[in-house]
Amino acid sequence: MSALSLVLRAGLRDLARNRWLLAYAVALGLITESLFFFGGTGDQVVLSLLNATLLLVPLVALVFGLMHVYASREFIELLLAQPLPRRAVFSGLYLGLALPLAAAFLAGLGVPLAIHATRGGAPWVALGFLALAGVALTAAFAGIAMAIALRTDDRLRGMAIALGAWFGLAVGYDAAVLAMVSAFGDWPLERPLLVLMLGNPVDVARVLVLTALDASALLGYTGALFRKVFGSALGPTIAVAALMLWTVVPFVIARRRFLRRDF
Amino acid sequence: MIALDGIRKAYGTRSVLAGVSLGLVPGRVTGLVGPNGSGKTTLIKLILGLARLDAGRILLDGAAIDDDGRYRRRIGYAPQAPRFPENLSVGEVFAMLRALRPDDASDESLLQDFGLRAEWDTAVGALSGGWRQKVSLACAFLFTPDVLILDEPTAGLDPIAAGVFKQAVRHARDAGRTVLITSHILSELEELADDVAFLSEGQLRFAGPVATLLERTGMRRLEPAIAALLGGLRVTQGAGAAESPSIAHPRRA
Repeated sequence: MSALSLVLRAGLRDLARNRWLLAYAVALGLITESLFFFGGTGDQVVLSLLNATLLLVPLVALVFGLMHVYASREFIELLLAQPLPRRAVFSGLYLGLALPLAAAFLAGLGVPLAIHATRGGAPWVALGFLALAGVALTAAFAGIAMAIALRTDDRLRGMAIALGAWFGLAVGYDAAVLAMVSAFGDWPLERPLLVLMLGNPVDVARVLVLTALDASALLGYTGALFRKVFGSALGPTIAVAALMLWTVVPFVIARRRFLRRDF
Repeated sequence: MIALDGIRKAYGTRSVLAGVSLGLVPGRVTGLVGPNGSGKTTLIKLILGLARLDAGRILLDGAAIDDDGRYRRRIGYAPQAPRFPENLSVGEVFAMLRALRPDDASDESLLQDFGLRAEWDTAVGALSGGWRQKVSLACAFLFTPDVLILDEPTAGLDPIAAGVFKQAVRHARDAGRTVLITSHILSELEELADDVAFLSEGQLRFAGPVATLLERTGMRRLEPAIAALLGGLRVTQGAGAAESPSIAHPRRA
């Protein structure tokens, strides 16, 4: 068995018994179940779950990821003191964090959805996109958390940076875009706005799921522009590609820091 | 043998090690001492490749250590503050280490002597600091490495476990292995160390046999001798170390 898979296996075993991860899955399950319980139909539940996913998944991945890396600092040193390549240690640690988080997300959403979907009329494409968006956001923000934790040893500062990143991307970004649109309304903003949208994984995830639902009103300015430019066929493909890129870029940045830094 | 040749390390603008040269010889226990922040842990991390050199060389049996990391097969390391994944059991930690080094023969004697089998299924997170230290030390000794690097190894150990540990170090020395120990408990080092290397403000102020340090400082015990060095007594190098960065080792001379 390779060093990567052994480090990954240790991480999976550790986090599979982590009570916070279990609480995360249960909380997502309760949210999903309560949405069905209070009379939501398929599309309404997906829309509500999308909002919960866009806020919760980045926050949990950032905070949990950051705390996990800080708590694993001495274990990382022990692994690096073994005859193992740093690349394998990093990949094992990253996957050992991202995979359990993604599994908790899928379990939390998947179990209630599987029960209720058998009643018929489930928007399968939108649900598939929601699952994909949640997993991609988990991977992206786990990578961002690792990059932050490897950048600063000060836990308080790291947490402040992580919460700032979450607030900026999940909450403040749309407000900033709207402010830009109102300030430069006379200028041709289509291209810059599309670039800005693709520069935020939360926005990309939102647009990806909404392209599969009849909810144009919820697309917002950038989402409507995205649909207008790329159409309903090419749009999801571009959104998926952008999300994939968002999972890779933080991983590469964090890996680069891991390979170069002193422990 | 491990030879440190003019190693320098700075974190930002703060110089931690400023041209340290030192030799660690097989069959000898070297106590690395110095005040807090003197560079002891950084020196250990440089040997292990956890931190990178700014200048100088570290040689293991004449070959410079590199990023490849395979040389670490020959080193056992117990960190200052051992932590393992909280939800793994003691048995799973050892199983993982064995799986990571399948070609290396393992020696479970310290694991047995510490009584770790009794805690085999206990989650590491449920262990006290002393038990975690036992796990860490047993991991360091597990693959009978040529070189043992032990950072504050007796912190948190009860007297019985500390006795078991000291016996294991003596066995390792008698078997011709190189042992480097840092500790603030100088009475323990006095029991174990053949040589002492004293770091202060990133510079090696003394390197040589314990007996030479005692002779130079006119003290009978290691603790006042180190205190004398800390107090500014100008003792530079031990016998034989002036010509060479290696610690003198009269038994092999």
